[in-house]
Amino acid sequence: MKQKIGVYICHCGGNISDYVDVEKVRQSIEHDEGVFLAKTTMFACADSNQKEMVEDIENEKLDSVVVASCSPKLHLLTFRAVTERAGLNKYNYVHANIREQVSWAHSDNKEGATQKAIQIVKAAIAKVRNAESLEPIKVKATNAVAVIGAGVAGMRAAIELAEAGADVYLIEREFFVGGRVAQWDDLCITEETGKELITRLYDEVMKHKHVTLFTGAEVVENKGSVGNFTLKVKVTPRHFKLNCISNELQKAIDVCPVEVPDEFNFNITTRKAIYHNYPSEYPQLPAIDMKNCTRCGECEKVCNSIDFSQKTEYLNLKVGSILLATGFDPYEPKHGEFGYGEIENVVTFPQFKRIVHYCDDKLIYKGKEIKNIAYIYCVGSRQVDGENKYCSRYCCTANIHTAITVKKKYKNIHNFHFNRGIRTYGKAEIWYDESSRLGDIYLQSFEHDPPVIEKRGDQTFVRIKDILTTNKELEVVADLVVLVTGMVPRKDNSIANLLKIPKGRDNFFNEIHMKLRPVETVIDGVTISGASQGPKNIMESMNSALAAATKSFELVASGELALEPTVAKVDEQSCDWCGKCEEACPYSAFDKIEKDGKFVARVNAAVCKGCGMCLPVCPVNALDLIGLTDEDVESMIDALIPTV
Amino acid sequence: MASGKVNHGPNILVFSTEKISDPAIDMAGLLKLHYPPTVYTIPVPCSSAIKPKWILHALEQGFDGVFIAADGTDCPYGESCTEKTGELVSRTMEMMKEKGLDTARLKMAAICSVCSEAFVKHVKSFSQYLSQSSN
Ligand SMILES: Cc1cc2nc3c(=O)[nH]c(=O)nc-3n(C[C@H](O)[C@H](O)[C@H](O)COP(=O)(O)OP(=O)(O)OC[C@H]3O[C@@H](n4cnc5c(N)ncnc54)[C@H](O)[C@@H]3O)c2cc1C
Ligand code: SF4
Ligand code: SF4
Repeated sequence: MKQKIGVYICHCGGNISDYVDVEKVRQSIEHDEGVFLAKTTMFACADSNQKEMVEDIENEKLDSVVVASCSPKLHLLTFRAVTERAGLNKYNYVHANIREQVSWAHSDNKEGATQKAIQIVKAAIAKVRNAESLEPIKVKATNAVAVIGAGVAGMRAAIELAEAGADVYLIEREFFVGGRVAQWDDLCITEETGKELITRLYDEVMKHKHVTLFTGAEVVENKGSVGNFTLKVKVTPRHFKLNCISNELQKAIDVCPVEVPDEFNFNITTRKAIYHNYPSEYPQLPAIDMKNCTRCGECEKVCNSIDFSQKTEYLNLKVGSILLATGFDPYEPKHGEFGYGEIENVVTFPQFKRIVHYCDDKLIYKGKEIKNIAYIYCVGSRQVDGENKYCSRYCCTANIHTAITVKKKYKNIHNFHFNRGIRTYGKAEIWYDESSRLGDIYLQSFEHDPPVIEKRGDQTFVRIKDILTTNKELEVVADLVVLVTGMVPRKDNSIANLLKIPKGRDNFFNEIHMKLRPVETVIDGVTISGASQGPKNIMESMNSALAAATKSFELVASGELALEPTVAKVDEQSCDWCGKCEEACPYSAFDKIEKDGKFVARVNAAVCKGCGMCLPVCPVNALDLIGLTDEDVESMIDALIPTV
Repeated sequence: MASGKVNHGPNILVFSTEKISDPAIDMAGLLKLHYPPTVYTIPVPCSSAIKPKWILHALEQGFDGVFIAADGTDCPYGESCTEKTGELVSRTMEMMKEKGLDTARLKMAAICSVCSEAFVKHVKSFSQYLSQSSN
């Protein structure tokens, strides 16, 4: 039981004290059991107050501290650090939220707010009275990181980690690295091409002795926890010997009878089951796509480099942290959505990028020269009724940039942008300006009244009630309609289930806190980056990749990890193994062990996430969460009930 | 209900969750969405961590109602949360029946991390229900 509790009640300027009588709160608690010192302060988080707290703890030999101020989400860690600086164990600190949940919530009722603040501070005192000094759980950490996905985000993170001194396993599911950026030629907002960017990153990855790259590789099993994950990785062979002779390869491709849609070109072209990489993809080595290969053996007859004896390999990699950079898929419009799949000259923006790649001096699609292009924005994004409520961020800018490229590359191009409000945020505004100067036409509508695409005879018409010209009905004859599609999570995101990574309501991987902890997940040791986390352009993907690399490195760098000790514990005396907790725990944190002639449950502290899901299922109440015991909760409940 | 206190509404104990519903309750404050000041919150890591014993303790010690601001499908600890929270609520209700307590004094709703308005709506109507039923 604590005897010398220090309580600090914050004015927060006037944010709290304009509605809560903080002096009354102080007076109401100063004689509570164990309270030795009770003060009000103008700004609890200010340096001067933090210093005063340190002095109080040291001079008055306080054994625990409560600060009543804003939400713990903002300053719990600040005040824990203050207690630590004063030589006190940081778990002897309890935070009371009297701003967000009191002064602001009840600014309409000052008396009521003050009464509530009193009870909340009393509850925090009741809790701190039982507080115990806790030591972090120490586990050894392997100085290696698995980076999953070798797009721009994954490669950038791998380089950063390797430079810092960690061993990196870069695991790419496809036979080639580069991700989506390898598929785009011209990029905004610097005029670098996808190929140039990927080549630079790949060269750096390959020259680094700390990075091991696996292609055709996928994680299929995950064991362990932060500091010590063991990943089982399946590596599919490309069925080629390393020294491949190029004229033989071409013959092999020519004789291969299997032709499938080429996903690299978003199915506007086909490729063979045996295929070479595109110049923007690495390593520059061919591969055989065994999902489609019929094993007819024709290619083997003309090319000596083919080796069907190569076997799938399984590797066990030990790593301290996992960094996910698995990227996104472009939204695939539904059949008939703005004529997609029904009208032959309706394509998606990714397809359009590939068409532009293939056309040199004239823009030609399906044998017809293109002059008038209608771009329909926000397809698959900002859906009021659909699932994708979000803005895909990259598309307004990337599309306008492409429209400018097209206008400069070919003669007599007319661009018509059917948009829902252009969002070329930040520096990209210059492209919007340039496109307008070049004579591009912008027409706008709301979500509930979208443009209509119609085929009449052999012409395609796009009609809109344009809100920029007071709802005038305007119509354009389009040679090509480009659906500016947004980003969606990868169709195969099974890696999230394997690692138990939560997804947000948009179905992308979810961070702990969008602002304060933007690249960490609730799974300790797993960080997220790039477009796997939500729509991002390249710069934003790089930013998050660098942040995630830093966070992952921080975990593995010192070789030892200190974990939060607020985990479940078993009272071995009352436990008589029934297995219910083991069943309830989503992380398999329980072991069945023998102790004093009976079986009991034991919690593996490095695996336990402290979720508490096991607590209510125990039939003999043998489980508690450290820091949230029955005594903690019940004493808080008692203190919250107003008695005066 | 304790007498002589400043706040006259029914006392409601809310079990919020640290990562999901507590941020929504914080945001209700930020947006100055008012609700009765007799609503008190204890945050827990996950709504499926609440012991029926705590709920009964609150009701027996003087809280008029207990509201579980559940994680729902947003639970960072996994999909089983909804089912597990539902299960502990029905088990608690059974225990309440055995003790002759009105099961309507326990309420649960999923409150996502930005569902501030939903939270305020729920606690207001719960508070209203509790004050009517105590008359
Ligand atoms: C049409 C279009 C044009 C664009 N133009 C621009 C532009 O001009 N400028 C700009 O800044 N941005 C542009 N973007 C956005 C840009 O493509 C993204 O910001 C970038 O691709 C995100 O990189 P990433 O590494 O996060 O993901 P990705 O590029 O998707 O790479 C992810 C990698 O992870 C691999 N992977 C996936 N799952 C697994 C798994 N389970 N195991 C192992 N590997 C896996 C994938 O195969 C892939 O190689 C454009 C996007 C589109 C759709
Ligand atoms: S607190 Fe959660 S993670 Fe820890 S043992 Fe219990 S159920 Fe498992
Ligand atoms: S549920 Fe309780 S009694 Fe059963 S094994 Fe787990 S701790 Fe022991």
